[in-house]
Amino acid sequence: MSEALDVLLRCLVVLGAFLTMPLLVGQMEHKAMAHMQARVGPMAAGGFHGWAQLVADGVKFAQKESITPAAADRRVFELAPAVALVPYLVAMVAIPLGPFFGQGVLIGQDLDLGLFFVLAAMSVGVLGTLMGGLGSGNKYSYLGGMRVAAQLMSYELPMVLAAASAAMLAGTLSLVGIADAFEPWWLVVQLPGLVVFFVAGLAELQRPPFDAPLADAELVMGPLTEYGGMRFAMFLLAEYAGIVVLAALTTVLFLGGWAGPWAEQLGWAWTLLKIVGVSFLVIWARVAYPRLREDQVNVLAWKVLVPLALAQVTLTTVVVVW
Amino acid sequence: MRALLDDTYLPGYATVGAIVVVGLLLATAMLGVNRLLRPQVASRDKRTTYESGVDPVGEGWAQSTVRYYVYAFLYVIFAVDAVFLFPWALVLEQIGHAAAVEMGVFVGVLAIGLAYAWRKGVLSWT
Repeated sequence: MSEALDVLLRCLVVLGAFLTMPLLVGQMEHKAMAHMQARVGPMAAGGFHGWAQLVADGVKFAQKESITPAAADRRVFELAPAVALVPYLVAMVAIPLGPFFGQGVLIGQDLDLGLFFVLAAMSVGVLGTLMGGLGSGNKYSYLGGMRVAAQLMSYELPMVLAAASAAMLAGTLSLVGIADAFEPWWLVVQLPGLVVFFVAGLAELQRPPFDAPLADAELVMGPLTEYGGMRFAMFLLAEYAGIVVLAALTTVLFLGGWAGPWAEQLGWAWTLLKIVGVSFLVIWARVAYPRLREDQVNVLAWKVLVPLALAQVTLTTVVVVW
Repeated sequence: MRALLDDTYLPGYATVGAIVVVGLLLATAMLGVNRLLRPQVASRDKRTTYESGVDPVGEGWAQSTVRYYVYAFLYVIFAVDAVFLFPWALVLEQIGHAAAVEMGVFVGVLAIGLAYAWRKGVLSWT
């Protein structure tokens, strides 16, 4: 019985993180983006600098009517937001936060296939957007869906290769093991891998500058055009949960996870700090760079990222063996 | 290396099963709350396809040229190979040079394939 309770408790903690961290990143995006553009962002909701803006948004979304277009493939259309959302929750279960006041590593479950598992779960999330795009029966959504597919195919490969490079250095696929094995000089050796992983992750999440599938100036909202209310909110939550998962993976694979002073006690805080830092970069990229055109998206993947990632794998092999 | 069906191995995945269930419950709960709170005012106009405000023309689905189908082929070839990298990554240090040389051949073949596709011009859209 106590085992079942233990599993339940782990799930609830992961669920708690899943429901709060994306909102924090979302609020950070509101405020950081606003200040980068010489605005102040939300100020009213909740009183203090609009801290409750996203909570208010959530309450609003929950009361919205649900509309399925007559032309849509009803089942696919209605299931898509769940398919987009749930995988990121599942991915979070295998991501470690690090030692918690000397109590061992804070993690949902340490899987010995952790890295593989998280990457697999993340790619399932993209299918949700694809389902939305092809199931809406809308021309904008359809074009957006095609672009999602192109992006998924191009960027999955460099991402997996860069992640494999981290696994090679550590000699394990367990995310706890990889972060534990971290040594500072990896930052130098793994730098190309880090860049490739982060950029490919951005593209996989369809975050600007890789938001050609959503491209509001051309495709209205791409695959999400026909969505409103709660289902749209689920896609939105999935997007920010995706940022958290990407930032956490980047942290654990390439930035040493909980490596830092007093890691035995405060490891979890270091990991969280690094996750927030990487999430900030994701937001910064949105403000700083213009959107890539569709053909540029694919060219960047195959002509720059894939060769870079292959070079990284070769370099890592040399480093590990010699 | 733990054996696959060792007593401690599969229970580790109980949490994974549980979190999938929790995820499905979460999605159901979100849509359930929405169902309880939302108004429902049926109207045919609401259910028409959005096409920038004008009446939708034709269908939303159409046959079209998938310009990036070559990428799709490349992806399938590369992705299958990339999966083999993971088990190899684990034993690289134990096997040492031989494993490195074999992977060098493997990556070399991939690189030649990519270079060939590049020279053929299939990596740029015309």
